[in-house]
Amino acid sequence: MSLLKTIWDETFGMFVDDGALALQAVILIAAVAGAVKLLGLSPLMGGAVLLGGCLAALGLSLWRKTRLGA
Amino acid sequence: MTWTALFPTITAAFLASLVEVVEAFTIVLAVGITRGWRPALTGSGLALALLVVIVLVFGPLLALIPIAALQFVVGTLLILFGLRWLRKAILRSAGWIALHDEAAEFAKETSVLKAQAADRKADFLAGLAAFKAVLLEGVEVVFIVIAVGTAHGQTLWAGIGALAAVILVLLVGLAVHKPLVQVPENTLKFVVGLMLSSFGVFWTGEGLGADWPGADLALVWIFAIFAIFALGAVRLITKPQRGLAQ
Repeated sequence: MSLLKTIWDETFGMFVDDGALALQAVILIAAVAGAVKLLGLSPLMGGAVLLGGCLAALGLSLWRKTRLGA
Repeated sequence: MTWTALFPTITAAFLASLVEVVEAFTIVLAVGITRGWRPALTGSGLALALLVVIVLVFGPLLALIPIAALQFVVGTLLILFGLRWLRKAILRSAGWIALHDEAAEFAKETSVLKAQAADRKADFLAGLAAFKAVLLEGVEVVFIVIAVGTAHGQTLWAGIGALAAVILVLLVGLAVHKPLVQVPENTLKFVVGLMLSSFGVFWTGEGLGADWPGADLALVWIFAIFAIFALGAVRLITKPQRGLAQ
């Protein structure tokens, strides 16, 4: 069981280190996908928003770590 | 299939796998030197066999998923995976978290194995350590190969990149017979974080139907934007008296 737990922890840890960063990225991707599929946002514009959003989420995560120690 | 498409795929798979294989090699070497090569190779062999089973089971399933959905899902996972690597690499370069130290990992594993030497299950525990190291790092390699290769039908090329990394680490590792401390792991992780994040944005966009300007070449400018941002972030948050590590 401990091996399975280790494997699960490591697999989850492959994608999530800073939980807030991962959550923001998932929300961003879902929001962009929703805007493209439901609101008619152009896919290319969606891609650009995704790029900018990822940079913003990464910047926020770094700010939290270096300024708040989170 | 052009080099503009193949080069990033092979390079990303090679560099990412290099980092993972170096980490697994450190543990297997510790087991081999401390407890002997039988448990080290048995544990590693079983882990590799399990990885092959994982690939054989999940590989064909991926072919059943429509390409746009596959690009979107793989792109999303790559964004999460890439941003995590990039964040850590930036923080390490800026001196906020410690660099990964293969010599320290080797010493730690060796001391654990020595402490277990009196245990009658010592060989089993040593083999288990090798098994876990190869399996856990191997799962990351498998994910990277599938993620950077599948969305454009380049899994074979990504696999060749990963295999080249395995062969390189084994050749150098067997030659020097000690942990590969000279490998600039954080620099590699920095570059790989940039590449995987770029692949992630590119494929998530493609999955949503984006027709990127310049087609595959768009990866280059997405990479450049991430790189400018990341290097700027390192410069901005670097602690005094600390430069770009490695």
